[in-house]
Amino acid sequence: MSQLIRSPNIADVDGFYEELVAAQRHCNDEQAVGVLAKLVLLLANHVGDRAVLSEALALARRPEAG
Amino acid sequence: MLKTYSYPEFAYRQSAEQREGQVRRHPLVIIGAGPIGLTAALDAAQRGIPAIVLDDNNTVSIGSRAVCYAKRPLEIWDRLGVGQRMVDKGVNWKVGKVFFQEDLVYTFDLLPEDRHKMPAMINLQQYYLEEYMVEACDKAPGVDLRWKHKLLSIAQESDHAVLTIETPDGIFKMEADWVVACDGANSDTRRMIGADFTGQFFQDRFLIADVVMKADFPTERWFWFDPPFHRGQSVLLHKQCDDVWRIDFQLGWDADPNEAKKPENVIPRIQAMLGKDVEFELEWVSVYQFACRRIDQFRHGRIFFAGDAAHQVSPFGARGANTGVQDTDNLMWKLKLVLDGKAPESLLDSYHAERAFAADDNLLNSTRSTDFITPKSSTSRILRDAVLELAHHETFARRMVNSGRLSTPTPYSQSPLNTADEDRFAGLMQPGTNCADAPVRVGGQDGWLLNQLGEGFVLLTFGTEPLPAVEIGGVRAGVLRVGVELQDPDGTLTQRYDGQPGTVYLIRPDQHVAGRWRRFDAAKIEAALRRSLAL
Repeated sequence: MSQLIRSPNIADVDGFYEELVAAQRHCNDEQAVGVLAKLVLLLANHVGDRAVLSEALALARRPEAG
Repeated sequence: MLKTYSYPEFAYRQSAEQREGQVRRHPLVIIGAGPIGLTAALDAAQRGIPAIVLDDNNTVSIGSRAVCYAKRPLEIWDRLGVGQRMVDKGVNWKVGKVFFQEDLVYTFDLLPEDRHKMPAMINLQQYYLEEYMVEACDKAPGVDLRWKHKLLSIAQESDHAVLTIETPDGIFKMEADWVVACDGANSDTRRMIGADFTGQFFQDRFLIADVVMKADFPTERWFWFDPPFHRGQSVLLHKQCDDVWRIDFQLGWDADPNEAKKPENVIPRIQAMLGKDVEFELEWVSVYQFACRRIDQFRHGRIFFAGDAAHQVSPFGARGANTGVQDTDNLMWKLKLVLDGKAPESLLDSYHAERAFAADDNLLNSTRSTDFITPKSSTSRILRDAVLELAHHETFARRMVNSGRLSTPTPYSQSPLNTADEDRFAGLMQPGTNCADAPVRVGGQDGWLLNQLGEGFVLLTFGTEPLPAVEIGGVRAGVLRVGVELQDPDGTLTQRYDGQPGTVYLIRPDQHVAGRWRRFDAAKIEAALRRSLAL
């Protein structure tokens, strides 16, 4: 069973982040959340592995201090 | 009064025991002549248990209630001799459409697996279903339908229950070895014994409108999320027989149910949905809200709970009547063996183990559908809408759209009656699953496997070698050989059961797999039979 990759894994990380922010540039808040929601669904399907998805969900919900 | 259906009125008759003022003991009293109670009565009759059915009314279900019946309950009703009539009258549908806002998002086909006697799903008004079963009960030896018999109270002794009943002729008492309460979500029986019935209430209301369409309309299931004619809510359109269509409008929690029901409010809603040119007449309108909950224990001493009396689910996925029928299918053979002294009373506890497990699975599925259809927060609505938008062009997202999942039987995978596999098997069958049907030939005639299994335990074997029946304390599992007593004309049966030569399945009286082996081993089969009798 694979595990969530938590070490740096994106080659052009600054470029990716710029693209991520730009994806919501002309959106209001609700549309922006909609874009993120679709992105989550697309990537979740790409990952597929239920254990990895659960691990990511748990990590995303962890309080800031953690 | 409906335009397409006249309610039959069943005759009240005073019973001899009430007239004579004698308290009699009966082996089985069923409370409620709805779909589940009637199914229980037919099953009892088929197994030779005299059954008294009490109902406080004298007709079938009023208005439109359950609509969709899935393959497994149809197979059970086929075993009881009423399934084919339901299939013949019912509407067989396969195509569904999902709409989001202005657009058709996608069309799907149920693509039911072929080579089963019963279809994946039919739609039929509940009153037809009940009418057919009442007729069958009237013909069945040993079923005593007592209309206008209202249960006032119930008390339990160590080996029987005492029921106090009111009829138009007054009040009398009767005793029952066993009672099956099939008196619906608002079960009086459940309230009388003080059983817990807990779960989740949904803060939402739905309006049901049954309409008679004058013109042709496709036999498809249409589901709208947030349509232009009913903003922010969901709508379902489903065909029933006699050109009656079920329309289900989600109303939200703030709607006034009495206002919403008025024809002057319902008709414009339907016109907006169907288009101004489609002619229709209103057949039935009601408003409901629902809960997802189940009883703490399916067995309380001498009383069993079945159907909505034991578990209430949301209507999405047609899980109410469909699972209720599987409750009594599970119970009746056990009750017969205990009444005959061939199995200990502890066998009856497996009713709770198996059916509460199934109820929890159904509650989970119906809650998931409800949460998709009626998102509980603005963020979950955004997520839901994202799924629907992606579903336009992404097949993976179509799989996430949940407007109700087809009700399929829950395998009793954790049942104490199962014997675990020692050998490897391919395919979907496992200890605890219901037997898949398959075409067979018997005595030169075409037939179906499930119709050959009969009322008792069966050893279904693959191969021509003669094999002995296995018997424990008067309970016999007879041998049915694929290749001798019945033939597998196209290989479907062998494939569905991974029936390599020598394979043996021990099948329960409710057509579920108790255990299976690659070779006939009498000692192992005897142990498995004992286990499935709770011995």
